[in-house]
Amino acid sequence: MNESLSQIFIATLLTNNFVLAMFLGLCPFLGVSGRLGTALPMGIATTFVMLVASLCAYGLNLLLSAFHLDFLRLISYIVVIASSVQLVEMVMKKYSPALFRALGIYLPLITTNCAVLGVALFQTARDYDFAQSLSFSLGGGAGFTLALVLMASLRERLQLANVPTLVQGTALSLILAGLLSLTFMGFAGLGGGE
Amino acid sequence: MSEPIPVHTTPSNKMIITMGLVASICGVLIVGAYESTQDAIANNKRIMVERAVFKVLPGAAKVSEYVATPSGIQALTGNVPEGGVKFYAAYDQAGALKGIAAEAAGKGYADIVRVLYGYDTKCQCIIGIGVVSMRETPGIGDKIITDKEFLKNFDALDVRVNAEMTALANAVKVVKHGTKQNAWEIDAIAGATVTTKAVGRGINESAQKLMPLLVPHVAELKP
Amino acid sequence: MSQKKEIDEGITFDTFMEGVWRQNPVFVMVLGMCPTLAVTVSAVNAVSMGVATLFVLVSSCLLVSLIRNLVPKEVRIATYIVIIATFVTLVDYIIQAVSLSLYEALGAFIQLIVVNCIILGRAEAHASKNPPLKAVVNAMGMGIGFTIGLLALGATREILGAGKLFGFSLFGEHFQPWVVMVLPPGGFFVLGAWLLLFSFMRSRSEKGVAHE
Repeated sequence: MNESLSQIFIATLLTNNFVLAMFLGLCPFLGVSGRLGTALPMGIATTFVMLVASLCAYGLNLLLSAFHLDFLRLISYIVVIASSVQLVEMVMKKYSPALFRALGIYLPLITTNCAVLGVALFQTARDYDFAQSLSFSLGGGAGFTLALVLMASLRERLQLANVPTLVQGTALSLILAGLLSLTFMGFAGLGGGE
Repeated sequence: MSEPIPVHTTPSNKMIITMGLVASICGVLIVGAYESTQDAIANNKRIMVERAVFKVLPGAAKVSEYVATPSGIQALTGNVPEGGVKFYAAYDQAGALKGIAAEAAGKGYADIVRVLYGYDTKCQCIIGIGVVSMRETPGIGDKIITDKEFLKNFDALDVRVNAEMTALANAVKVVKHGTKQNAWEIDAIAGATVTTKAVGRGINESAQKLMPLLVPHVAELKP
Repeated sequence: MSQKKEIDEGITFDTFMEGVWRQNPVFVMVLGMCPTLAVTVSAVNAVSMGVATLFVLVSSCLLVSLIRNLVPKEVRIATYIVIIATFVTLVDYIIQAVSLSLYEALGAFIQLIVVNCIILGRAEAHASKNPPLKAVVNAMGMGIGFTIGLLALGATREILGAGKLFGFSLFGEHFQPWVVMVLPPGGFFVLGAWLLLFSFMRSRSEKGVAHE
């Protein structure tokens, strides 16, 4: 596809938002987005891992295709992702222990975040070159963070509102997500085509 | 003060051996599955291509894969070489050339819209399209499959090459619904412009690449 | 709730039903959401995804249980991930060989089964501590519960959004489909509605118990 870099970035950030349109990264989206203070660092950490995963996936794909080892693609991607998350964990533990404690169990859970593996798989499927992959993963991470931050802000506000007990919790988050997703559909056609 | 309890850590070689064992088991499983399914998968792909080609070129009975490169046309074996464009040649029961089919792809509303278009060598025009895959909005974007007026655009879409054989004489364009005047224009579906434009762009891109390489050598296509 | 001792407990009906009702991955634990919302635009896709996940879940739990005493605890998560990725690769090829159109419909979400929290969760919490047969029964229960959840969502979205069920038109020509239901927002709304229904049913049954 001859998509320009800015087209890819805008499309992944808004029109095809990873969370609200492509359903990737839902577990942390529904789990961590309770407070803005944890949502933003989580989004940034995930974006970083997505970037690393995207670069490694690009390199791995070149290697695997050269040796006709395509069937090892999935395993190699997931192992690389697991290792990158370990790395991020160690770096964060050393340089920002408070943040490390705040994120708790959700940090290692970035490994099972569909969005990270999704970046690697989708960029391979769409045959993006290096610059396009970079743009794609940045847009994806930014979109994920955007969705997370929006959700967190909404949920914080809603804690002050009179929500029926039955609806509270995950059901409410899902309805909110649905409304957000509906809104984002309005971005259709932005930055795409002529 | 109580003595520190000794922590039992596994020796490294045990870890390596176990992981090696697991990796070997998994490797055998994957390779086994890959080998045993490759034939079925290749067969499925061939059937899908044939079905799509027969739909856009009615009357065809046999499909052959070719690639058009700057140096000429050759039958396709393996991967498409750099600068080459893949296309399908369809022949009827008697062995005469029925037409050419090629793939076109354009970014639509949700994801990439892929179509296969049928091309008639005599009139140098596209005679039909078939949608291969799309994830457009049901009821809106998917009208490209059902809208009869839209499909009429492709009964004789002009994709002649210019005199120098470097590009199309007139680029394929999507115009507003109801304003089509020339044979190389496509009337958009009202309310589904994004998807329509994706189809138009894809066809234009594909034809611009394929036709200049294909037309000079059309006579070489034999069963 | 009786306490379960891992060692003496045999395989009970509850081992199987745990995944289907009490700890249903979709409606109770709300796990494995990514494929749940993305592929449930029709009942057929939903069931196929459910069956694929069931296959990976059962095979992975079986293998994990078989080697549970060999794997040192430091590398267990990495090992489980490699095993799960293997079976997902298998399922990927099997689906391609069986039906390419189904493969196109499910798309990248087949490969995303590997990061489905349910599978890693089951492997870690149950299969690594139980004998093979028990692990398999529990995994089957979870997988079937997951498939039922997907089917509920897929059927609802297909009926409302396309007027069909399993491809069969239900309401005839003049039905105006509620298109948003087969689009992303619809996925969120339908799942939210089902969760609401479940929490309503649970609060009713709790109230019933309290009155006795």
